[in-house]
Amino acid sequence: AMDTDLSSQDRKDLDKFIKFFALKTVQVIVQARLGEKICTRSSSSPTGSDWFNLAIKDIPEVTHEAKKALAGQLPAVGRSMCVEISLKTSEGDSMELEIWCLEMNEKCDKEIKVSYTVYNRLSLLLKSLLAITRVTPAYRLSRKQGHEYVILYRIYFGEVQLSGLGEGFQTVRVGTVGTPVGTITLSCAYRINLAFMSTRQFERTPPIMGIIIDHFVDRPYPSSSPMHPCNYRAGEDNGAVYPSVEDSQEVCTTSFSTSPPSQCVFTVTKAHFQTPPPVVMDTLRVPVMGLAFSHQLSSSRLSYQPAALGVGSADMGYPVPFAGGLNAAHPHQLIGPGKEGGVPPIPSQPVHGTQADQERMCTPVNEGHCSAATPSSSDDTETVSNSSEGKCGSPHDLLETIFVRKVGAFVNKPINQVTMANLDIPFAMFAPKNVELEDNDPMVNPPDSPETESPLQGSLHSEGSSGSSTGNTHDDFVMIDFKPAFSKDDILPMDLGTFYREFQNPPQLSSLSIDIGAQSMAEDLDSLPEKLAVHEKNVKEFDAFVETLQ
Amino acid sequence: PLSTRCCAPAGAAPAMNCRAEVLEVSVEGRQVEEAMLAVLHTVLLHRSTGKFHYKKEGTYSIGTVGTQDVDCDFIDFAYVRVSSEELDRALRKAVGEFKDALRSSGSDGMGQISLEFYQKKKSRWPFSDECIPWELWTIKVNVVNLANEQERQICREKVGEKLCEKIINIVEVMNRHEYLPKMPTQSEVDNVFDTSLKDVQPYLYKISYQITDSLGTSVTTTMRRLIKDTLAL
Repeated sequence: AMDTDLSSQDRKDLDKFIKFFALKTVQVIVQARLGEKICTRSSSSPTGSDWFNLAIKDIPEVTHEAKKALAGQLPAVGRSMCVEISLKTSEGDSMELEIWCLEMNEKCDKEIKVSYTVYNRLSLLLKSLLAITRVTPAYRLSRKQGHEYVILYRIYFGEVQLSGLGEGFQTVRVGTVGTPVGTITLSCAYRINLAFMSTRQFERTPPIMGIIIDHFVDRPYPSSSPMHPCNYRAGEDNGAVYPSVEDSQEVCTTSFSTSPPSQCVFTVTKAHFQTPPPVVMDTLRVPVMGLAFSHQLSSSRLSYQPAALGVGSADMGYPVPFAGGLNAAHPHQLIGPGKEGGVPPIPSQPVHGTQADQERMCTPVNEGHCSAATPSSSDDTETVSNSSEGKCGSPHDLLETIFVRKVGAFVNKPINQVTMANLDIPFAMFAPKNVELEDNDPMVNPPDSPETESPLQGSLHSEGSSGSSTGNTHDDFVMIDFKPAFSKDDILPMDLGTFYREFQNPPQLSSLSIDIGAQSMAEDLDSLPEKLAVHEKNVKEFDAFVETLQ
Repeated sequence: PLSTRCCAPAGAAPAMNCRAEVLEVSVEGRQVEEAMLAVLHTVLLHRSTGKFHYKKEGTYSIGTVGTQDVDCDFIDFAYVRVSSEELDRALRKAVGEFKDALRSSGSDGMGQISLEFYQKKKSRWPFSDECIPWELWTIKVNVVNLANEQERQICREKVGEKLCEKIINIVEVMNRHEYLPKMPTQSEVDNVFDTSLKDVQPYLYKISYQITDSLGTSVTTTMRRLIKDTLAL
């Protein structure tokens, strides 16, 4: 009968809901595998732009990949949207860990109200997805990524392929939502045969670099003052139960996209700095013993989005995923820090991929390309965009103070790139501006250590302590930021990090120095025959003494 | 809010159509809080919405719920909770009381904590409002004592795995899309939702707990209070 058919408005709404549900599903899954804790803020006033009444960020690259994969279509019977999560080791071995499937079956619920019940149930399903993404084995693996492996994602549309998961994979159902055109199902199939790659194995292996990248570091500002989210474009509050958005008018390609796995982490290459940066980072240089993989870094701290200055970058540690291009013609580019003016462009670095690994990320982009990398960012109200709240302070003010921020291990960004803009702290503009520049930081330019005689001694210290600048770069050394576990942000003077660095390289105890030790040992050895001779002479006395004891 | 006495005592049988779910966990003493918070927060994540803003003609708009990851210190486990400090504080307070009661009861370390969702039904004076529960979550806790560090390490992992299972169970229940109170009109909203929080709006809920003493009998906190009140007269 006519009245059970879906009205055209309902149909349009339903399609829109399903489309944005699919995009948000991908965001939740990928964000849950970036190796970072996610935090978004609740807002009591509806902005009209938060789909399903949930604060889920949109990483532009991820949206881009998802739209590419969907190519204008929606999940339907036989056409499922799949997000494949895989792991790739430093040796180039890769393994599929999970396949998240968003499917549609034919079971229709004609009675259900689209604009209300379906919408709310989709919201509930996203909450379930948030919860479930933390309980599959890949979550813990992804939190420890960066040293010996990285986690990659790939989105495809069409038939679900589970064969890469190995034998005995398990499935978990996240949930279902009935609609008048079919039932949406969201589930995850995950590998359990992690035989050669258990999380425990990675725990026992010390990190390559000798630095503990602690993913469990608390944000400097405790969660009692929630971080500012990226600013959504403030939509008009039209009082509807759900936000209204314009449909994005995208060009639909008819071919399915089988894009290569996109990388969830940011890769940089081995550093070849031309000049030491004028302001030296407080880095700890450690040997990189020829492991090509060591160029990988977990995207822990790099703020992906060009936050309006002072608004505070995405809630802290909002990681930068990349869609790693497979071929040079199609590189996926990193959004550089701070679209707002004045930010120096990131010099492009030569890409030394690991072996033949073409999934490796590539060139950080300079400012000009920023907008190109996010083609659809203007389309939907739902994507993150720069806020109009630029009233937080002019870019110039903020660029006066240059901070070093930990941007993750193995990062080789010259200091002059790291500006306040990508300080991933909220209220960055209010941070004290009198923080010591690196010149005054005793760790960076430490007081001269005592003169040493032994050539051996110098090598016992790290390079930094000898007072020399970063001029003597060894090719196999990579500079890394140092952020101690559980420490607060380095903005405050003499915090744990500073203390630790300052006292990390004390002058060596003289008694422990090798040559003195060696000397005394040599002396001992030399004097041994003499002592033996003396004892032999007195052997009668010893014997007599022994007699008295018996 | 913890055991506010708006209606029948917590020990009363749930209403006929009240859905009841029971989860059981065995944990070490120092894991009790985190395990309880993980379960309660996961349930409340699904049972909280954004703040309602009513407009004319009975329409309303809904605020946005943020979420955040929480890492456990004593369990190899992480969970997602709603970004609301008020809610987190309320849960921590309840769980803290439960933990203290468990410790000081001298029992074998067995008890249970309940999260009940209810609707208020206004009655005429002199009768007080009725609370009609529609969903009841009970977490039974068994506290174990471990002998050495190795056992503790194993326990960290095992309890983490168990909690993963519990989260999956909770999500299964949520997915059944069974009875939920109707979306209320503006005048009725306080009978369905807790509107006292400033950033999110959970369904009306109450948390209570019971400690099982070594004789195996339950001593409800409410019963204790009744007896105390009676004696005070």
